[in-house]
Amino acid sequence: MIGYNIKQAFTQVWRNKGMSVASIFAITAMMLILGVFFVISVNVNLFTEMIKADYNEIEVYLKDEVTETQARKMMQQIETFGGVKETNYRTKEEALRILKTRWGDNGYLLDSLGENPLPNSIRVTVDSVDSADGVYNQLTKLDGVEDISYYKETVEKVSQVTKFLRYAALIVMGFLVVVSIVVVSNTIKLTVFAREKEISIMKYIGATNWFIRGPFLSEGILIGIISSAVSAGLTYLIYREVIKIIGREAMTILGSPLVPADYLVWNLVFIFLAIGISVGACGSIVSMRKFLDTDNRAANRAARGRKK
Amino acid sequence: MIEFKNVTKKYASNVGLENASIRIDQGDFVFLVGPSGAGKSTFIKLILKEIDADSGSIIVDGKEVTRLSSREIPLLRRRIGIVFQDFRLLPKKTVYENVAFAMEILHQSKKRIRNRVPQALELVGIPDKGDKYPNELSAGEQQRVAIARAIINKPALLIADEPTGNLDPETAKDIMDLLAKINDTGTTVVMVTHAKDIVDRMQKRVVAIDSGHIVRDEYGEYGYMEGGMDELYPEEASDDDRL
Repeated sequence: MIGYNIKQAFTQVWRNKGMSVASIFAITAMMLILGVFFVISVNVNLFTEMIKADYNEIEVYLKDEVTETQARKMMQQIETFGGVKETNYRTKEEALRILKTRWGDNGYLLDSLGENPLPNSIRVTVDSVDSADGVYNQLTKLDGVEDISYYKETVEKVSQVTKFLRYAALIVMGFLVVVSIVVVSNTIKLTVFAREKEISIMKYIGATNWFIRGPFLSEGILIGIISSAVSAGLTYLIYREVIKIIGREAMTILGSPLVPADYLVWNLVFIFLAIGISVGACGSIVSMRKFLDTDNRAANRAARGRKK
Repeated sequence: MIEFKNVTKKYASNVGLENASIRIDQGDFVFLVGPSGAGKSTFIKLILKEIDADSGSIIVDGKEVTRLSSREIPLLRRRIGIVFQDFRLLPKKTVYENVAFAMEILHQSKKRIRNRVPQALELVGIPDKGDKYPNELSAGEQQRVAIARAIINKPALLIADEPTGNLDPETAKDIMDLLAKINDTGTTVVMVTHAKDIVDRMQKRVVAIDSGHIVRDEYGEYGYMEGGMDELYPEEASDDDRL
């Protein structure tokens, strides 16, 4: 039975070349747009994760009179705050060394400072940028704190942008999936419609609904598989070229690399296959429902209608 | 084989069959005649359970058709071979595939199909047309394919709905010979027709239906006068719109 269906699917797709090609083009086009959004949203996600990783630290500058022992105690206390991942103690010497490296060739300027002006500090890593605010409020209540710095506004803006982009991508993706189901089920409805007579003949010969549906279902699934393979391949190739062309610039401007195409390709294949197969299967089942109404109430209704 | 007991099927504005009773035995060859809209189609549709009767009992091949669920309809139809005026072959399948399809529905093995289909094509007289598509065949050849498909599963009952309606007299005669040959093997044949010459020549049982009533049931001639049944059976005539 399964062998029969698969063979039928290939035969029918081949014999209905025009329709099959039309369906494949339609699904492929939808999936390419989907692919573009997928690639963009994956990159936006990566970018925001990078930013969040950079900005999920709060630096607590300590007053000079706070000793390291006291600082260690404070750290223990801070670690009990909700949303705090870890704390690190940074001495003023360490801070100066880091500053020197950061200044690079100009680092020698710092040597002219007689005394290290930098304070000791506790670096608090929070779970996520979203919990940074709460932690900040609690930190202000601690004794021995000179100043607290964290990129509140940046983090907030990035959070907002990320959220917005994520919702926008979801909405657009959902919209596209719905549109492609509609397009596909309509295309398949056309093939089914073109074969309405065939279906009625099959029913006269005594074929069960599933027997009739089988080949159409396999046909829809086959069309879905072909389309997903084509669109996954195309998306991969296009994206690889895009990375070749602007990968470097993206790194410089955004400070974040693009997601490598090879890493993305299998996700693309799986997502497209899942969408393609379900769109093809749903499309064919939905579009055949009307034609498989063997329940003879339909025939009776039609007969009555004709008589009127 | 077929037994109708007091079967009534009414449509919104006219009668399909009214209180019709008839018995057709295994091995019978029955012509179903009557004017258009008399109820012949209703009769066939009721046998196939394409429509439901309002009342009465219909037994086909030992099964009470009126009580079959929609799931059982395919099983009923598999025991009945059907031939139509317009052949109704699957246009995108070859002759071989068209005939094989009726066996595939029954999940027959490939080997059996390969064995039986050529036999059937041989029987209907087109052994060398297996690779052709229906539109490459003449009307008579297409009807032969349809008959091969109808008998491939050796049904006990063969229903032919005006099988010669689209054929020239010569070809029609060949098709009738073929149906007679099939009937000789014990298959019950019910044939709807308007072709007086065929009925008269065959000298078989003739059931005449008019306005939903079985108005005549006897062996021999067509018994259908020029101008319709109204002349023969004025008391049964009806002015209702016909099918």
